[in-house]
Amino acid sequence: MTSMTNLFNQLILATEEVVHTSEEAEHAVEAGITSGPLVEWAWLIVVVPLVAAFLIMFFGKKMPWKGWEIAWGAIAFVGVYGTVLFVLNATQGVLYEGTVEIATIGTNILGEPFVLEWGWMVDGLSIMMYFLVGVVGTLVFTYAKGYMKGDIRFTWFFVSFSLFAGGMLVLVSAPNLIQLIVGWELVGVSSYLLIAHYWEDFDNVDAGNKAFMVNKVADAALFLGAIIMAVSVGSFNFETILDVVVEGHEGPLSQYAFWAGLLLFIGAMGKSAQFPLHVWLPDAMAGPTPVSALMHAATMVTAGVFLLGRLFPFYLDVSGLFAGDVRDIIIVIGGITLFFTGLIALVQDDIKKVLAYSTVSQLGYMIAAMGAGAYTAGLFHLFTHAFFKALLFLGAGSVIHAVHSNNMSDMGGLRKKMPITFWTFIIGTFALIGVFPFAGFFSKDEILASIKYAGGDGGQDIANLILVLGILGAFVTAFYMTRAVALTFFGEYKGEAHPHESPKSMAYPLIGLAFFAVVAGWVNIPGVYTGFTDWLATRSPSTTFDLHHAETFDWAVVAASTMLVIAAVVIGWMIYGKDAGTQKERDRVRIPVLWPLLENLYYIDDFYMKGIVRPIMGPIARVILWFDMRVVDGVVNGVGLGAKGLASGVQVIDAEVVDGVYNVTAAGTSASGDVLRRSFTGRVQQYAAFSFVGVIVIVVLFVIF
Amino acid sequence: MTIVQFLIVSAALFSFGLYGVITRRNAVLVLASVELMLAAVNINFVAFDVYLGDTTHAGQIFSLFIIALAAAEVGIGIAIILMIYRNRQSANVDELDSMKG
Repeated sequence: MTSMTNLFNQLILATEEVVHTSEEAEHAVEAGITSGPLVEWAWLIVVVPLVAAFLIMFFGKKMPWKGWEIAWGAIAFVGVYGTVLFVLNATQGVLYEGTVEIATIGTNILGEPFVLEWGWMVDGLSIMMYFLVGVVGTLVFTYAKGYMKGDIRFTWFFVSFSLFAGGMLVLVSAPNLIQLIVGWELVGVSSYLLIAHYWEDFDNVDAGNKAFMVNKVADAALFLGAIIMAVSVGSFNFETILDVVVEGHEGPLSQYAFWAGLLLFIGAMGKSAQFPLHVWLPDAMAGPTPVSALMHAATMVTAGVFLLGRLFPFYLDVSGLFAGDVRDIIIVIGGITLFFTGLIALVQDDIKKVLAYSTVSQLGYMIAAMGAGAYTAGLFHLFTHAFFKALLFLGAGSVIHAVHSNNMSDMGGLRKKMPITFWTFIIGTFALIGVFPFAGFFSKDEILASIKYAGGDGGQDIANLILVLGILGAFVTAFYMTRAVALTFFGEYKGEAHPHESPKSMAYPLIGLAFFAVVAGWVNIPGVYTGFTDWLATRSPSTTFDLHHAETFDWAVVAASTMLVIAAVVIGWMIYGKDAGTQKERDRVRIPVLWPLLENLYYIDDFYMKGIVRPIMGPIARVILWFDMRVVDGVVNGVGLGAKGLASGVQVIDAEVVDGVYNVTAAGTSASGDVLRRSFTGRVQQYAAFSFVGVIVIVVLFVIF
Repeated sequence: MTIVQFLIVSAALFSFGLYGVITRRNAVLVLASVELMLAAVNINFVAFDVYLGDTTHAGQIFSLFIIALAAAEVGIGIAIILMIYRNRQSANVDELDSMKG
């Protein structure tokens, strides 16, 4: 009852707070909620999906919907809790960090032990992620029920899926590097399970392995970075580390900041699929489509951007002592990724691969924004992208479900047969390519404006080049999406199946996501309403995070990108809008050198395979084979022979000694029985006589002694 | 009269009883011999009671118990013998050897 009253009071306060903050132009945010049951119980957000995963594993098959209802209930709980926190953070600001100490180990640089904690952050950044994972997750889980219907491992799928969401929540709730890594690896392992869900097909297993291995390479760097950071500060806690940064202490951390920053960024490159570690992500399409939708939107790939966001003051480096130099590397990697992987999407036939390369490209935008020192812009794009990319993937899944093929050469003309899918896909496309007033327009524009600012007043020269790539990237994005829409929904149908609109459980999530794909961008319109900036700024240590935050539109950038988008759509439509019989005829424009380069994915995969994997794997495989044949088999055989010899020895002992003892005992008992049996005549008077004799004997003995 | 005379009578009575228990074939007579042995024990109790001058007269009380017990024993014993006789048309104890080992 008290907590309800508290909540009510808080809500009343919230409305007063809004009036108060609107008078302040500055983005310095005072958190209204720093305690109370709502934030203290926020650990449930993390725990519920993980518990659900175990419940489904043990009881799922007995449930009426085979465990789906548990998974859905858990993620819906996260969605509702996340939404409540999101609204409260938007109205009055929420800042809380709950921790439970687990252990203390070793001695740190200050002569105190390292404290290992499990905790849950409830601040602007993690609340946004709770909201994203919960809301997008709920819609995707709803969709997955229809999409996975009849799957042989339906229940197991939802075990992995809940674990995946739970792992991501462990990651985003982490108040320290250790818990972040735990979540990071949970996401990694469950993504492996999900990508290789159809493991009967070896290619899918390969894709799972690839995702896992590539991520591991990056994870090694992440561990090293985390260790450097923790050792040089003496704590794994983000707040402690960032306090050192914000206060500008010279010390061990400032000495090693460049390497720690670079290594942590390499870790982020792995999860967020940045060039040249992006190769796992397109292959991850082998998993079921709901997995792709969640993995490429709200979870997993956002982890890298999230990490940069969590450590943002360290990279922003106001004092010039820390990892400011790394930002140049970050922005270049982001720029390369956003443009060149976008180009690959132009030549793909598999609709999911188009979207996958599109995801990589959009992640490039986010990373580039982080590199330009634009905290809000990068995370804003993460926020909007989560909705429209999930929408596009679910739309693609709906199409694939209908035509039983991933290839656009088997599609075409589906706009009349699948109207809901078509219209929501169009909304998602508009949001992705950045058409006013869809979500992507605002977030992408903010990124470009921030990069422009970084190159100009920010003094980051390299950013000017990246700005050009970014604007050209907008053209490329619009171009490949026009191609994908034209090949899928226009022209004549070319497949064999009989496509029809998907069931309601799949159609409604599309509509829900389409709603967010339209409105998600309106929370941060420069010069009109910039609430999102404030929402993200409620965190500790509190400081103004952006080098610069656009207060008005940068009209030059808006004009340039919008004109290029319109041009791309028009050119794309002219090339692909007209129907043609085969894929080859439809891809009419094949630029000589570029086309084969793109079709072969810049030979990066080939380079990894021939240049790294095989040369290393061959000798290692041979050594392991030798070791297996000689040492392992030798040990196994030796143990086998030894056991056999020992067994025959034991057999002798058993037959001769043990059995002998038992046989002799038995024979003795039998013989004595034969003798004694005779004294039992059954004659009562004889017994009486014997007893009397016995009494006499006892009495005589008693008298004598 | 001394205690010895009583003890002689008692020992003689006990010996007769024992002889009867061991030698008699008829179960009823065996039972009667057991009664003789109990009577011998009663004589001993009463004699020692007087001889030791026990003010609580535990010996006499014990002998009363034994008389009551003997009556009950005879009741049950005769009943058993009757049942055996009905089943076997005989009450000879040396024929009752079905418990032979």
